[in-house]
Amino acid sequence: MEKFILKYFNLIRTIIAIAIGLIISIFVIYVISKNPGFSLKSFLLGPFLSKSRFGNLIETASPIILCGLAIAVPFQAEQFNVGAEGALFIGAAIGTAFAVSTSMPAIIHIPLVLLVAGLVGAFWGFIPGILKAKWNASELVSSLMLNYVAYFLGLYIINYHFRDKSAGYLVSYQLPKTAWLTQFVPGTRIHWGIVLAFVFAILVYFFLYHTTLGYEIRMTGFNIHFSRYGGINVFKVIVISQVIGGFIAGIAGMTEVMGIHRRFNWQMTPGYGWDGVVVAIIGRNHPISIVLASLFLAYLRVGGQVLNLLSDIPSEMVTVIEAIIILLITAEAFLEQWRYRITVKEAERKEVEHEPTS
Amino acid sequence: MNPLLKSILSPDFGFAVLRVMTPILYPAIGVAISALAGSINIALEGVMLVSAFTGVMVSAFTGSLFLALITGILAGVGLSALLGYFHLKLKADIILAAIALNMFASGITIFFLYIFAHDKGTSSSLKSLVFPSYQIPVIKDIPILGRIISGHNILTYFALVSVVIFYYIIYKTPLGLRIRAVGQNPDAAESVGVDVNKIKMYSLLLSGFFGALGGLYLSMGYVSWFSRDMTAGRGFIAIAASALGGNLPLGTFLGSLLFGIVNALAIYLASLEIPSEFIQMIPYIATVVALAIYSIRAMARTKRRKKISEESTT
Repeated sequence: MEKFILKYFNLIRTIIAIAIGLIISIFVIYVISKNPGFSLKSFLLGPFLSKSRFGNLIETASPIILCGLAIAVPFQAEQFNVGAEGALFIGAAIGTAFAVSTSMPAIIHIPLVLLVAGLVGAFWGFIPGILKAKWNASELVSSLMLNYVAYFLGLYIINYHFRDKSAGYLVSYQLPKTAWLTQFVPGTRIHWGIVLAFVFAILVYFFLYHTTLGYEIRMTGFNIHFSRYGGINVFKVIVISQVIGGFIAGIAGMTEVMGIHRRFNWQMTPGYGWDGVVVAIIGRNHPISIVLASLFLAYLRVGGQVLNLLSDIPSEMVTVIEAIIILLITAEAFLEQWRYRITVKEAERKEVEHEPTS
Repeated sequence: MNPLLKSILSPDFGFAVLRVMTPILYPAIGVAISALAGSINIALEGVMLVSAFTGVMVSAFTGSLFLALITGILAGVGLSALLGYFHLKLKADIILAAIALNMFASGITIFFLYIFAHDKGTSSSLKSLVFPSYQIPVIKDIPILGRIISGHNILTYFALVSVVIFYYIIYKTPLGLRIRAVGQNPDAAESVGVDVNKIKMYSLLLSGFFGALGGLYLSMGYVSWFSRDMTAGRGFIAIAASALGGNLPLGTFLGSLLFGIVNALAIYLASLEIPSEFIQMIPYIATVVALAIYSIRAMARTKRRKKISEESTT
């Protein structure tokens, strides 16, 4: 038992953090809701009670998985670039602009539009990257600021140049059908974005854990001085990790436009970039854990929406719970005492076992 | 460009600069104090939000401006204390903990806004109070200058006073000395018996105090209501403003002034035929440029220092 706890300590800590978050939300529901039993059921079971809601869960998860990966790659190199939100917004805006102004067969159009969005996102990751690598400018601040720049620039492009005036509200022209990602589960809006997200998760896993550059990224995050001393081109790692992050974020935004709305209809930033930060932290920057964390977050989100719809509790409760979970997971010393006691106990037990033989 | 020049050269523009500078100057002082102790407070965005929200709600439900001020400050200082607790005691990475707390602040303010005002957008359905504005006697009669300086919200005046308070704390008190010592070399400070974590906590609490005043000004001076995520990145712009000024009192003030001017310009330009999106981008682009310039200068400085120390050793 002790061995098991020590081996999976981080996982157990994460689960305890999540459990605490859920307990708090149950408590909140009981205090605030006039009909707590029903509210609780809507929150916890809501996402599974109908096909369209379960569809919602998968739809919500796909951009979050991609954004989680987009955040995790720079985070693995200890680069706190939180610009996924901006990269996905500007990537989707320019990708949309490109998609509506070109026409070609779907087999070329889809990858090309995704590539354009990805490259725009990559550029958005490149700026904080180069500023950090060259002059040690905080990538956190510059990427945050670029999020706002992306937001306003994206709105300008869509609202002034690609706005569909016949639509009645502020949206872009509809994408040509050749640039649509098919929704393949009837009764839901689940589209190829989720498949793309899984593919990217595997690619990023392979990249981080089975390639030289991936190793260099992780090493730089582990100890930048050691890496520099050991001959790793830290400059390259800092820039490339953020460029890759931006690239994936750009694609994340574009899949959402191509798969769900088929127009650029965001007048606010959708927040997936921040969800990406959340799942990267919960999943400890590991691609496969990020997929699971994203599904969990999407579950909370859809549960929150159902709650908002059917009861008297605002969906922002979920944001608060997310924040608490992240706080507990990032708190290195949380449960450390417990681990310490177990480690000591385990060591003492080993000593007792070894004594007769020695 | 003529109408633009005319409006920029008018005293109203100077007045607007001071007005929009206030909610940047407060958190900038807060960032600077925490940065001097070596653990930069990135949660001021959240601090401002909870304070802005608490002030509006307490004033709406109690009708007391004083209570609103006190609870608003407590809320902001409390959130900073949480950051300190998680970072210093529970060893959380300060950046990640701050990101979480900013999320927490955004979520919980909207959550309670909906509970109390049944609206997820603004609190305008509630009758909340604002801090008073003052005409300064004598000065208000001076032509031009009077129209720029007089007639501001009391919190704007206190923001200017805060720069002096900041200077006084950092350079004239034992706490300030310790804050600087901890920031420059925590090991050295520790070795002479300074409790590093305690000093860092104090600096975070102080930064929360100033951030809270910035939040209160936003919802009870700048405007007279709370709206979701109304800080709009000011807590982050403050990081750039204080970094631009090297985290020193006068520098932080000048950095904030610069952002005040840019923001006021954005508002003025918006009245012309330029798409507002471009104007609204300006402060953020300016921040990135300012950050880059600051970093280039800082790097040149350390290089120079290295060179000097190398020369002196050989």
